[in-house]
Amino acid sequence: MSALHSVTAPSASGTGELDIARIRADFPILRQRVHGKPLVYLDNAASVQKPKAVIDAISECYSGYYANIHRGVHLLSERSTIAYEKAREKVRAFLNAASTQEIIFTRNTTESINLVASSFGGQAVKAGDEILITGMEHHSNIVPWQLLCERTGAKLKVAPFTDAGELILEEYERLLDGPVKLVAFVHLSNALGTLNPAKQLIEMAHARGIPVLVDGAQSIPHLAVDVRELDCEFYAFSAHKIYGPSGVGVLYGKKALLEAMPPYQGGGDMIRLVTFEKTDYADLPNKFEAGTPNIADVIGLGAALDWLNAIGLDAVAAHEHTLLDYATAQLKEIPGLNIMGTARDKAALVAFTMQGVHPHDIGTILDREGVAIRAGHHCAQPVMQRYGVPATARASFAIYNTRDEVDFLVAALWKVKELFGS
Amino acid sequence: MSDLRDLYQEVILDHNKRPRNFRILPQPTHHADGVNPLCGDRISVYLDIEDEVIRDISFQGAGCAISSASASLMTEALKGKPIAEVEHLFEAFHDVVTTDCECPKGLGKLSVLAGVRDYPSRVKCATLAWHAVRAALEEHKEAVATE
Repeated sequence: MSALHSVTAPSASGTGELDIARIRADFPILRQRVHGKPLVYLDNAASVQKPKAVIDAISECYSGYYANIHRGVHLLSERSTIAYEKAREKVRAFLNAASTQEIIFTRNTTESINLVASSFGGQAVKAGDEILITGMEHHSNIVPWQLLCERTGAKLKVAPFTDAGELILEEYERLLDGPVKLVAFVHLSNALGTLNPAKQLIEMAHARGIPVLVDGAQSIPHLAVDVRELDCEFYAFSAHKIYGPSGVGVLYGKKALLEAMPPYQGGGDMIRLVTFEKTDYADLPNKFEAGTPNIADVIGLGAALDWLNAIGLDAVAAHEHTLLDYATAQLKEIPGLNIMGTARDKAALVAFTMQGVHPHDIGTILDREGVAIRAGHHCAQPVMQRYGVPATARASFAIYNTRDEVDFLVAALWKVKELFGS
Repeated sequence: MSDLRDLYQEVILDHNKRPRNFRILPQPTHHADGVNPLCGDRISVYLDIEDEVIRDISFQGAGCAISSASASLMTEALKGKPIAEVEHLFEAFHDVVTTDCECPKGLGKLSVLAGVRDYPSRVKCATLAWHAVRAALEEHKEAVATE
């Protein structure tokens, strides 16, 4: 096996060659060894590591110009406000949204979805209505809707998927014919790697006048997203999955809908005028950003998008596809290993089980070999129930991963077999 | 690999592959489920208690090698023991899997799980079945969690 850090860039067909060694050099955390082995970080679907540009941007904010935003007349407050709003513009451009008024900063994808469930849902959903999701949702795109249904007497409907992990479009279409008030689906499944046909699913819902929320937590770092081309009403994602810091999420929403929706939380910064009799709310996007936000980390998200744009998402997608194809082929060679999720359109991750070995034992053994993966139900217990397994092991890729790292993964999995004699 | 052998000792791998007392007692006097919310693992324990003595004990469920082997070894250790001893044994076992203490002699085969102490994230796996037994003795109706 060749040295981990002297990798040759894989051929990214049609998108030019990526210098992965140079990209890796941007990530201080990747230089370490764990348990005496080079760190092979393949838990990117849970959270991705941060390039130095992001760490520096946050550090520069706190050491150079930090103050509260939208309030002070002093220089630091003005500088912080400008940097914060510049990050909003970067997110707008990244999603190709029409206006920065359509970009709301939250804590994470979960809060973005809860905002829509609470504000839009509370206004538009009544007893007898239905919310349609898919069977491959993360808990964060299930539980907020269950809470909404409990509050309103609406029903949660679930579109099923095939054994390969592909949504059954006929069933989805049939369910759309119910009294559905909102469709919410995952763009890229964190448990299966399935890439759902977002544009088609949105068109089918729109043909019946139903608005759509897309959970983009997993898709956002792997493929270019254009919310105007998708035409979704809402798109939610987290900064920490796209090389940014934890603690920041984004909700994109179409302006007309956001304007008609009531505030999610009340407090400072979301008001125009407060008296004890009545409060006038601020305009978008401030209406949905009550209280002091996560200023430095929003700025960190802006730096992450700059960093990623410099590489280009098409090149990222091509590199990760090469890795996924290579990993899938290698894993298939291991007897007793079963890949869960074999959709035609897949991205960035491979979930699997091994005969006679629980995923947690796989995770522990791999960890001692320096390979970090996720083992468990991936906050998608209904998916586990669908396949009748308690848990799976999951290797998920980012731009900095290499073929050599896939080889480390595979070698470690052979050690699992050796130890368990399976 | 060698340090992994400290965790995955032959006895553990054997009990994982061929768990002892792995069945449902037809008419248990005590029963409880243990759930590890972290991983979704679930273990059910069944006890037949007469005159304050565990006459029979069994378990069922799906879990990792550590939780399965620990449950299996626990049933062997507890069968025939007065229930007054359960708490004492659990405490001694807990110390073994969480601290650098010397293994008390009375623990017998249970001490093969001492390697767990170097894997803090796996302590809950090793203690899941014990939590369930404790819950069964306290006659909990709800599934007990390790959290």
